[in-house]
Amino acid sequence: MTKKRELTSVPHKILQEAYEAGIDTSRENRSGTLFHVDQTTIYSKVNEFFRGQLELMDTKEALQRYPWLKDYRWNIVEKEKDEFTKKVAKDFSGGYFMRILPNAEVTLPLQSCLFITKGDFEQRVHNIIIAEEDSKAHIITGCVQHPATGASTHLGVSEIYVRKGAMLNFTMIHKWTKETLVRPRSAALIENGGTYVSNYICLRPVKDVQMYPVAFCNGEDSKASFNSILYGHKNSVLDVGSKAVLNGKGSKAEMITRAIAREDTRIIVRGMIEGNDSECKGHLECRGLIIDDESFIRSIPELIARKKGAEITHEAAVGKISEKEIVYLMTRRLSRDQAVSTIIRGFMDVAIMGLPKSLNEEIDQIADLVAEAN
Amino acid sequence: MNILEIRNLKVKVENKVILDDINLRLKDMESYILFGPNGSGKTTLINAIMGIPPYEIVSGKILFLGEDITRKSVDERSKLGISAGFQHPPEIMGVKLSDILKLCLGKESRDEFRDEEKRIVEAFQLTEFLNRDINVSFSGGERKRAEILQMIFLKPKFLLLDEPDSGVDVESLKLIANEIQRYVENTGSSALIITHKGDILEYIKSDHACVLLEKKSYCFADPKRIYETIKRSGYEECVNCQERVTEEW
Repeated sequence: MTKKRELTSVPHKILQEAYEAGIDTSRENRSGTLFHVDQTTIYSKVNEFFRGQLELMDTKEALQRYPWLKDYRWNIVEKEKDEFTKKVAKDFSGGYFMRILPNAEVTLPLQSCLFITKGDFEQRVHNIIIAEEDSKAHIITGCVQHPATGASTHLGVSEIYVRKGAMLNFTMIHKWTKETLVRPRSAALIENGGTYVSNYICLRPVKDVQMYPVAFCNGEDSKASFNSILYGHKNSVLDVGSKAVLNGKGSKAEMITRAIAREDTRIIVRGMIEGNDSECKGHLECRGLIIDDESFIRSIPELIARKKGAEITHEAAVGKISEKEIVYLMTRRLSRDQAVSTIIRGFMDVAIMGLPKSLNEEIDQIADLVAEAN
Repeated sequence: MNILEIRNLKVKVENKVILDDINLRLKDMESYILFGPNGSGKTTLINAIMGIPPYEIVSGKILFLGEDITRKSVDERSKLGISAGFQHPPEIMGVKLSDILKLCLGKESRDEFRDEEKRIVEAFQLTEFLNRDINVSFSGGERKRAEILQMIFLKPKFLLLDEPDSGVDVESLKLIANEIQRYVENTGSSALIITHKGDILEYIKSDHACVLLEKKSYCFADPKRIYETIKRSGYEECVNCQERVTEEW
């Protein structure tokens, strides 16, 4: 495919699927849009209003344009980490490069879509995001395999840099198929006073996803938050975790995972907070709801403290929907089904900033489906 | 007309008989007080009336406005006009107080509160709690105020209150007790209130009370008189008392 100038020229079937992964196809509500389909970036454009505030292009193009960028590649994700990083290091088709310029406050989300249109294919991308000093931005990235295709693999390496005083809200939405194998490998580096919020949402079936993004809070008063909403169903396997390394003075991390498992799904939620500073603080929370006897949720929280002032806590609970909560809402005139769907909707609400409308609609549908199944 | 009639009610919880042969007739537009030592089955009685598990009705009947509700579900009873305030309401993550108040008012979550409704929320000192998850990190008084506010928004005909005066500060107690009294008076509804403390009797007008003892209800009399006796001699005295009265109001 060749690079397109207008979003309307991106095939309709791609736009339609991308919409369900949080991609705004009207373009008006986004500061910039990039589409990487199979092995090619077919579209990348910054909205005129935001020119001079951010840069958006394919990673290969960026590496050619900016010689300094090579220092950011394979800097915080190890090239030799595993067979998947090795494959991406050997050969990759591009990916997205996003740079929010110093002091820029990008008021509309910046979006990218990584799309697989065919079966028997391995997509390998390498993404780099730099939020420069005192910048502020919200990124939405939707990863999609078209449902009418066969078995494929997505390997994605992402390296994210949050500079001094910057604020980056990064939302990743997965919409794979029952035949997609997914191996993202991501890391973020947060400098003094920087804030990195990583949201991960997976509401569609997936054959097998395994990811364990890490945030290095190296800066003084740097912060990292990970929020995950996982709805595992139809034989999905989700092994999803996050790790925060608190090196900076007064650095903080928070991790919240909400997982629902049904229809022979296996969910493993990992979380690790490593406190290497005497004033660091971290909290990890995992809650899982299991809807049938065929599924499985395992929560593995790990806390490490290396300085006596470190304060790191966790809470985890996996089990059924609380009968007491259901009955409580029934005393407020809700039927049992309405009560369950209200609880599920609340359970999946982790107050993710700017969650796309299509996702909110889908969460409503899931809440109703779980209520029926319950 | 009786708002609630309980006939020969026998209730088990986890295979143990908690209430045996309870008979009560509660009239329209009256408030009733239920005393009883810990473990006497007061909460089980309220749960059986509202339909809140776990309990098993072995025999007997519960009639609400003449209709047999013994086997009805919680939401059906709620729709008929019964409302219960929980002693220990659950915390529900992600469900905001405003969401629940709107449900109680029959509104959609996107609907706004009317000015009059906002005024009532403010009177309950809960405006700043509207966007918080229900009961999460609420103090005892805040939980109780939220419970009573929800009940009032439901506009029930019959209120079941399980120790509304426990774990609340003096200000909150005065506020909720006055609001309950005002609601009952203005709407001509009835209430059944469990209490350990006599404090609430200062604000709630009631001519009827009884004591739940050893699985049965006794001594149907003036609430203040019963309370004074309990305060003076304790439930121990009630248990040993040879002059228990079984005649109803």
